[in-house]
Amino acid sequence: MQDLVNIFVKSIFIDNMVFAYFLGMCSYLAVSRTVNTSVGLGAAVIFVLGFTVPVNYLLESFILGRGALSWLGPQFATVDLSFLTFIMFIAIIAAMVQLVEMIIEKFSPTLYSSLGIFLPLIAVNCAILGGSLFMQERNFGHITEAVSFGLGSGVGFFLAIVGIAAIREKIRYSNVPDPLRGLGITYIITGLMGIAFMSFMGIEL
Amino acid sequence: MSGNNSAPKETLFSPKNRKLLSEPIGTSNPITVQVLGVCSVLAVTVQLRASLVLAIAVVAVMGLANVIISILRHGIPPRIRIIVQLTVIASLVILVDQVLKAFVYDVSRQLSVFVGLIITNCIIMGRLEAFALQNKVWPSFLDGIGNAAGYGSILLLLAAIREFLGSGTLMGYQMIPNFVYDIGYVDNGFMILPPMALITVGVIIWIHRHRDRGLVDVS
Repeated sequence: MQDLVNIFVKSIFIDNMVFAYFLGMCSYLAVSRTVNTSVGLGAAVIFVLGFTVPVNYLLESFILGRGALSWLGPQFATVDLSFLTFIMFIAIIAAMVQLVEMIIEKFSPTLYSSLGIFLPLIAVNCAILGGSLFMQERNFGHITEAVSFGLGSGVGFFLAIVGIAAIREKIRYSNVPDPLRGLGITYIITGLMGIAFMSFMGIEL
Repeated sequence: MSGNNSAPKETLFSPKNRKLLSEPIGTSNPITVQVLGVCSVLAVTVQLRASLVLAIAVVAVMGLANVIISILRHGIPPRIRIIVQLTVIASLVILVDQVLKAFVYDVSRQLSVFVGLIITNCIIMGRLEAFALQNKVWPSFLDGIGNAAGYGSILLLLAAIREFLGSGTLMGYQMIPNFVYDIGYVDNGFMILPPMALITVGVIIWIHRHRDRGLVDVS
């Protein structure tokens, strides 16, 4: 249990998707104009990461990894399909996004209409594929660890995008030099936020 | 493509085609103006060598993906085009990944997940959607190469700044002579850390927009 909490907190603060690895920057910059839309996108990302990372973990450990097919019989023990990783992961992500979209539409139309266009866009958000690839690189021992890593990364993205949206709403009333307006100042603020998040570095629970 | 190459030079590099190649490097740069494909630019620019490899990989994937989608453009049903595009890109990225692992293994280790993340690099998807689906093969190829070059130029500029100020080297060779260190010069270790990549891009955008007033965000 302690391990799971450790992975969760670590992936929110120390290995934050946005500030430590710059993943999901495109949507982070494009959808952070107002707090409301950014809350919607953040929630959708938590949802999809929480689903796709464990599913891709199962795929990795039972089909794609070296020797993962050995449950089919001893003659499959040396099969290594890891070169198919990228195409399988992206297919799973695209399919899961579609599935999540249909489930939400069926059971919670209000949430569906508030997420709206962001759901399909998530398929090409690099934070999602990045989450699965980092999961593969870290060799988690059990699926619960993958779940907590996925959820933690999603929450980290949520915090980052809501934070920058709030700052951007305020900064509209500030006197920023013209060429720096919009994109430039957003980058610099993100950099400063990243420095703040670096203070969590090295914390072990 | 061989049929196209034998055509006279004037039609191949007409002013319109040249513009496709040069515009993304300057006034419609994917990173500083269109805000596409930002993730990898920030993460791999600690060292010039890794950035150079990634830039070449992106040029290759993007040129080929644009050509393939442009050839297939009449056969792709619009409803499933995103999946078709992702499949084409993912297959090309697998090829690039295998080549990197075979020839420059240490750089491939260093780039880690960012080779795979070329798949979700928004410039590639963006250019396929916006250009290759409507245009002929040769202009699409030029557009792909041009945008990838615009992306690569920012990548290399950023990597050069960060490696020079952060470790005093370029491509791994020492650039700052030893006597400067003897006087008391110290490398700015802060440049190597992730947040400085963002701030450096912010400054590059500032300079770019200062010189090119038409790009200033008025809203």
